[in-house]
Amino acid sequence: MFERRLYHHIDWALVAALGALCAIGLAMIYSTTGGPTRVYVTQFYGILFGIVACVVCLSVDYRSLADKSHFVYGAVLVLLVYVLVFGAVRGGSRRWIDLGLFNLQPSEFAKAAVALVLAKYFGESRRSGLTRADLVIGGVLTAIPLFIISRQPDLGTAVTLLPVFLVIAFVAGLPMRIFAVLAIVGVLAAPVAWRFALQDYQKERISTFLDPAQDAKGAGYQQIQARITVGSGGVWGKGFAKGTQGQLRFLPVAHNDFIFSVLAEEQGFAGVTVALGLYLFVILRAIEAARLAKDRLGAYLVLGVLAAFTFQVVYNITMSAGLAPVKGLTLPLMSYGGSSMIATLAGFGLILNVRMRRFTN
Amino acid sequence: MVPPGEERRRITTRLAGLQAAVMVCFAALAGGFWYFQVVEHARFEEMAENNHQRRLALRAPRGVLFDRNGHVLVENRESFTISIVREHTKDLARTVRVLAAVLGVEEAHVKDVVDRHRREPAYRPIVVLEDASLAQVAAVTARRLDFELPDVVVERVPTRRYPTDSLAAHLFGYVGEATDGQMQAEGWHNGAIVGQSGIEKTYNRDLMGEDGARLVVVNSVGREIRTLEEVPPSEGKRLQLTIDYDVQKAAEDAFAAAGFNGAVVVLDPSDGGVLAFMSRPAYDPNIFAAGINRSAWSALNTDEHRPLNDRAIQGRYSPGSTFKMAVALAALEEGVVTPDYKVHCGGGANFYGRVFKCWKHAGHGAVDMRQAIEQSCDVYFYTVGNMLGVDKINKWATALGLGVKSGIDLPNEVTGLVPSTQWKREKLKEKWYAGETISVSIGQGQVSVTPVSMAVYMATLANGGTRVTPHFLKATDEGSGWKAVPPPTPQSKVALDPEKLQAIRDGLWMVVNAGGTGGRARLTNRDVSGKTGTTQVISNEGRANARGNRDLRDHGWFVFFAPRDNPKIAGVVFLEHGLHGGNAASVARHILDTFFAKQDGRPLPPAPLDLRLDLSDPMARRQPGATVAAAATTRPRQGEE
Repeated sequence: MFERRLYHHIDWALVAALGALCAIGLAMIYSTTGGPTRVYVTQFYGILFGIVACVVCLSVDYRSLADKSHFVYGAVLVLLVYVLVFGAVRGGSRRWIDLGLFNLQPSEFAKAAVALVLAKYFGESRRSGLTRADLVIGGVLTAIPLFIISRQPDLGTAVTLLPVFLVIAFVAGLPMRIFAVLAIVGVLAAPVAWRFALQDYQKERISTFLDPAQDAKGAGYQQIQARITVGSGGVWGKGFAKGTQGQLRFLPVAHNDFIFSVLAEEQGFAGVTVALGLYLFVILRAIEAARLAKDRLGAYLVLGVLAAFTFQVVYNITMSAGLAPVKGLTLPLMSYGGSSMIATLAGFGLILNVRMRRFTN
Repeated sequence: MVPPGEERRRITTRLAGLQAAVMVCFAALAGGFWYFQVVEHARFEEMAENNHQRRLALRAPRGVLFDRNGHVLVENRESFTISIVREHTKDLARTVRVLAAVLGVEEAHVKDVVDRHRREPAYRPIVVLEDASLAQVAAVTARRLDFELPDVVVERVPTRRYPTDSLAAHLFGYVGEATDGQMQAEGWHNGAIVGQSGIEKTYNRDLMGEDGARLVVVNSVGREIRTLEEVPPSEGKRLQLTIDYDVQKAAEDAFAAAGFNGAVVVLDPSDGGVLAFMSRPAYDPNIFAAGINRSAWSALNTDEHRPLNDRAIQGRYSPGSTFKMAVALAALEEGVVTPDYKVHCGGGANFYGRVFKCWKHAGHGAVDMRQAIEQSCDVYFYTVGNMLGVDKINKWATALGLGVKSGIDLPNEVTGLVPSTQWKREKLKEKWYAGETISVSIGQGQVSVTPVSMAVYMATLANGGTRVTPHFLKATDEGSGWKAVPPPTPQSKVALDPEKLQAIRDGLWMVVNAGGTGGRARLTNRDVSGKTGTTQVISNEGRANARGNRDLRDHGWFVFFAPRDNPKIAGVVFLEHGLHGGNAASVARHILDTFFAKQDGRPLPPAPLDLRLDLSDPMARRQPGATVAAAATTRPRQGEE
C-alpha cells in the first residue's frame, strides 16, 4: 500500500511544526507539574502512540479509508453509547473507557470519524452544489454523535463537531444565503461573542478595582486568574518553571485546559508569538493541503479534521487569556491528554495522507 | 473525478475565505495577548504578586520596664494567637463552626469577631483567639495539616507579662487593641496593641517599638512556601522607672495586711521621682494583655469597688486634719501669727454666731503652733484660719500642690479643690461667707484632694517650697545603653522661710515622736514626721438616716516625710474606710522601715502578717443625739481621737 515514492511527498514542514508544538506542550507540562511526573510521562507516551496512529492513518490511502467510513463512524457511535452506559465517571461525567493502563476518550475520535463520514458523503455526491437533502443528511450524521457526547455531558467536545459539518458544507457549496443564516445562529451561540466578553470584562475590572478580594471566589475566579497569569508574563516571561500563577496553583488544571496560560506566563509574549505562529502555520499549511487535494473527498476530509482542530485551538487560546467562558476544551497538541493527542495526530495523519497522495490515482 | 472548473474555483475561493478568517482570528488573539502582556503588564504583574505574596506583620515586643535598681517590673512572653485568613476561605460559616468546635469556644463569639473585621482586606488575619493554650494550638495545627482548616493560622506573638500579684497595676496600666478613634487620631493600624492606661499609655510611643514584616510566598490554598524577605521587629525602648521595687512591694504588703482599699504615693522630695505608687483594689493587667473577654471587662466595670479607678490620681477626698499644715504655713508666711502665738482651746469656740467644736471636747488649753499641729487642735486652726481668710489659705495650699494637678505622667489625673472667693463667685455664683472659712481651716467643707497631690504637698514641705512634679521616667534605653531622663521642671517654687517652716516640721515630728496621733509610724532614729487625718464619709445625721449596705466607715490619712531634717522620702497613705488615720500610719511605718533598711543596706523587714490596727468604729461611740445638734452640723466630726 505504501509506495516508496510517496515518502518524498510528505509535508515535512507541517510535521516539523507539529513536532515543535508537541515539544512545547511537553515542556510546559514538565514545568507546571514540577518535573518528570506521571502526567509528564503519560503525555510522552501519548505522543509516541500518536505518532504511531499518525503513521497508520498516513499509510492507508484515504480513499480506501473513506470507503470504510461507515464502519469507523459506526464503531465510534458504539463506543460513545458504551461510554454513556459503562464509562468511568470522573468529575460528574462519563467520558472515559477505563482500559487499565490508560483511559480512552472516544469523543476525541468522534471528530475524525465525523470528518471522514461527511467527507465521504459530500465528496462522492455526483451533483455540484448541495441539495437540501444533502444538508439534512449531513446534519443528522453530525447531530447523532453530538447529541450522545452532550449527554456525557461534555458540551465542549460536542460543540466541536459543529464546525466540522459547517466548514465541509461551506466549501461543498452551501449557498451563502443558508450559510448566512447558520452563521448568525452560530455567532449568537458562539461563546466568544465579543460584546458579551467585553461587558463581562468591564464589570469584573471595576469590581476587581474596588475590592480585589471579593470576586476571587465565584465563577469569575478562573477567568481572572487566567488574565493575571497571562498579563503578568510580560514580554519575555518569568522563565521556565518560574511562573507563580501556574506553579502555586492559582490557575486550576494548569497542565490541561490552561497550558497556554502557563506558556504565556513563563515564556511571555515572545513565547506566545512563537506558539501562535506555529499553530497558524499548521492551519494554513493544512488549508493548502485541502487546496492541493486531488479530489473533493480529500479536500473535505482535510477541512473536516482541520475545522475541529482550529475551532479548539482558537477557543482554548481565547479562554487561556480569560476572554472566553471556561469550558473543558483542551488545546490540541499541547494540553495533557493521551486520547486527544492520539486523535489529533491521527487526524494530521489523514491531512498528510491527502496531500501526499495528490498525484496518485 | 476531477471536479469541473467552476467547482474548483468555488472551492478555491471559499478556502481563501477560510484562510482569511483564520488569519483574522489569530491576529485578534495576538492583539489580545499583546494588550494583556505588554500594555497592561504592570497591572497584572502587581495582581500576580498580591496573589502569591503575603506581607505578615511581626509584632514588636513592647519595651521592658525596670525599677530604679534594674529590677524587671514588666516584660514580655511568647503567646499564640489563632486567626482566620479569609482570602482562601470557601465557606466562612463552616470555618467558623469547625474552628469554634476545635477551640472549644462559643461559635457566636467567633462569628462576632469575624463580623467586626469583615470589611478589612481578606488577606489580613482576623484574630479569633489570643493567648491560646497549647492544646488549642495542637488541635488547630492538626486540622490544618488535614486541609480541614487551611484558612486558619497560628502565630507566635510577644505578649505583656505583668507581675502576677497585681503589683502596681494602676501604675503600669494595660494594653489593648487600638480603638477606631485611636486608629484615626494616631494612625495605628487595625489590631495594633497599644497602651490604654497608665505608663503603658503615657509612654506608648516609646514602648511600642516597630513592627517587623515577613514577605512570604503562599500557594493557592494559602500555605507558606518560602520567605522572600524578613524585616525583624525592633523592640520598644526599655524604660527605667523611678519606682523602687522593694518600697513598692512594702506598700503592697502593708496594704494587704491592713485589708483596706485606698492608695499610696511615695516620692523622692528632691525631684519628685515616684518611689511607690498603688491603688487598691487593683486588677490583673495580664488579663488585658491577651485580649480581655467581654465578661471579665464588664465585671471590672460593674464592680462596686471600681478596681479600674486609680484612687491615687482619680480619687477626691476630704483631707481633714492633714490640711492643717497648709493653713499653718499660710499664717506664718503671711505674717498673721508667729510660731509662738498661742490660742486657748476650751473645747470649742464661737465664730459668726455659731459654735465650732474641737474634737477634744475637754479642750487643749493654751497651744502654740507646734502643739496645735501635734494635738491637731481644731480651735487653734479655726482661729488662725479666720484671721487669714479663705483666699490666703487658697494661695498657700496651691503653692503646696493642693487643688491643682500634680502633672504626674499618668493619664486622666483629676484636680482636687481648695475653695476661694473667686472660685465660689465663678462656679456657684455666690458670695463667700466668712463662716465657711472656719470649716476650710481644718480641711473640711468643700476642700478635696487627690492622694497624689497630698504626696506633692508633703514633698514641698520637705524640700522647702519646690512643688516638684511627680514622675516615673528615670532613664530610657534604645539598645545603646541607658540615657538618664532629667526630672520634669517643678510646677512652682516659693522660697519658704526656713525658721517658720521649722515650726511646722517640729509639729509634724511631735505628731509621730511625741504625744501625737502618728505614733504608730515611729521609727527609732528616723525622725519620721507626719500627720494623721480621719474624715467622715457622711454627716452624722446622714449616717443616722442611711439605709442599705453602703460602707460608711471613716477614711484614714497619713501624710509624712522623713527624716525631719533633710528629708529623703515623702508621701501619703490613704485608707478608704480605714477608720483611723493611725491605721494609715501603721501602713506607712512598714514602707518607711523598708526604705531606710534598704538605704542602710540592712535586711529588709519581712512582710507584715498583721498590722497594729484600731478597728473600733468611732461612730459607734457617737450615737445621734449624743452631741449638741448645732455642733454636729457645723462641725462635722473630724479628727484625732
